[in-house]
Amino acid sequence: MNFPENLLYTKDHEWILFEENYALIGITDFAQHELGDIVFLDIPSLGQVIEKETVFGTIEAVKTVSDLYMPIAGKVIEINELLINQPELINQKPYESWIIKAQLNIPNDRSHLITSVEYSKMVQ
Amino acid sequence: MNKIKETALTEVHRKLGAKLAPFAGYNMPIQYEGINAEHETVRNSVGVFDVSHMGEFTIKGEHALSLIQSVTSNDASKLTDGKVQYSCLINKDGGIIDDLLVYRISITHYLLVVNASNIEKDFCWLKLQNSIGAELYNHSSSLSLLAVQGPLALSVLQQLTDINLSEIPYYTFAIGTIAGIPDIIISNTGYTGSGGFELYVPNGFVRQLWETIFAAGKANGIKPIGLGARDTLRLEMGYCLYGNDIDDTTSPLEAGLGWITKLNKVFMASNILLKQKTEGVTRKLIGFEMLEKSIPRNDYAIYNKHRERIGRVTSGTQSPTLKRAIGMGYVDIQFAREGTPVFIEIRNKMVPARICRFPFI
Repeated sequence: MNFPENLLYTKDHEWILFEENYALIGITDFAQHELGDIVFLDIPSLGQVIEKETVFGTIEAVKTVSDLYMPIAGKVIEINELLINQPELINQKPYESWIIKAQLNIPNDRSHLITSVEYSKMVQ
Repeated sequence: MNKIKETALTEVHRKLGAKLAPFAGYNMPIQYEGINAEHETVRNSVGVFDVSHMGEFTIKGEHALSLIQSVTSNDASKLTDGKVQYSCLINKDGGIIDDLLVYRISITHYLLVVNASNIEKDFCWLKLQNSIGAELYNHSSSLSLLAVQGPLALSVLQQLTDINLSEIPYYTFAIGTIAGIPDIIISNTGYTGSGGFELYVPNGFVRQLWETIFAAGKANGIKPIGLGARDTLRLEMGYCLYGNDIDDTTSPLEAGLGWITKLNKVFMASNILLKQKTEGVTRKLIGFEMLEKSIPRNDYAIYNKHRERIGRVTSGTQSPTLKRAIGMGYVDIQFAREGTPVFIEIRNKMVPARICRFPFI
């Protein structure tokens, strides 16, 4: 299983990629594998400021539903439109399939995020 | 807590990369490559389920039929040798203890196949009701069960036996040799809606049977199928899952199982069911399809158009065939008609749905 080193991770199985003015957030290879075939994303938080480690949406697989947690406090500014009709892309390419784009609160607290090495230890 | 049990094939599933999870006390394969792909395999070609967790009892002796007649809802006297019947065990209140298959091997020898989660409950109940001296045996831990399902199941299995499988009609069975293994119960049954056979075999032979079937089906792309796809397959057909859609508190008449409830015979609580039939049931198990992209799950509430609560969801999924969300649930009888608009409460939102007919596909 693959956990790219340029990303940071949460214990709830999200990944976050920091860009200059925003961050991209998705779920890990481990998470998509555990969920199985992903069939629906429900992200009612577009335009809202979400606190870190609180729910910004839910992801539905054939058999299960799971909450998505905000890795870091910020405003949800975009949902990946591609995934609305093709949520299975998350299964196929979990790290290219960002779910939301967030504008971060400044300053923001990253101390609870974990590295690729730490995350891979946690799930293996 | 009891130790989790394994089937004779658990190690095989592990090697195949299955995702295993506890189900009814057994460590069972939930999926291999993925539920959608496995679902399509069964609908379009052929797949094999290890359902060895299911329970098997035999009832023998001159009182066997009397015992079966007194505890089940269907009319087992209609069975002839080699025939199978879908039926229910009924409790004192007219609720469903379990749904099961009854096989008549001879007039004095029957096989009952029950849900894994109910093995102990059912067997205790049968012993309790058996005041007439029928012989009862529980073979659940020594018998394995493979369900070979899909439109190509017959042609794959036919390579492995001299028995003409096309002469075994739906809901009948033969006992014979497959893959060199004698005395296999070859049953034209299954819970997928895609046709196929169920094979009952002693644990010691199941690995040989599994491997021979996979070798024979290789050219047809035969695949192992997990319990995840078993659930989506049965749900598309509107088949009930015990513990979700039917249980000790639901009557077979409410669950749409009137066709296996024969009120011209006397059995446990048949008077209650007769009264229910005469007066009419107050709720009914219905199917519904979601009109928006949201997936109903067990225990979500169902509302009418005036936002009054009228029932609850018992099963739901995204249908891999329809690519739409479907579900089953109980609603008050006046809302059970096909086409009735309803709402399912999903994460505090009222999502529109419509009552529809079984099967979904």
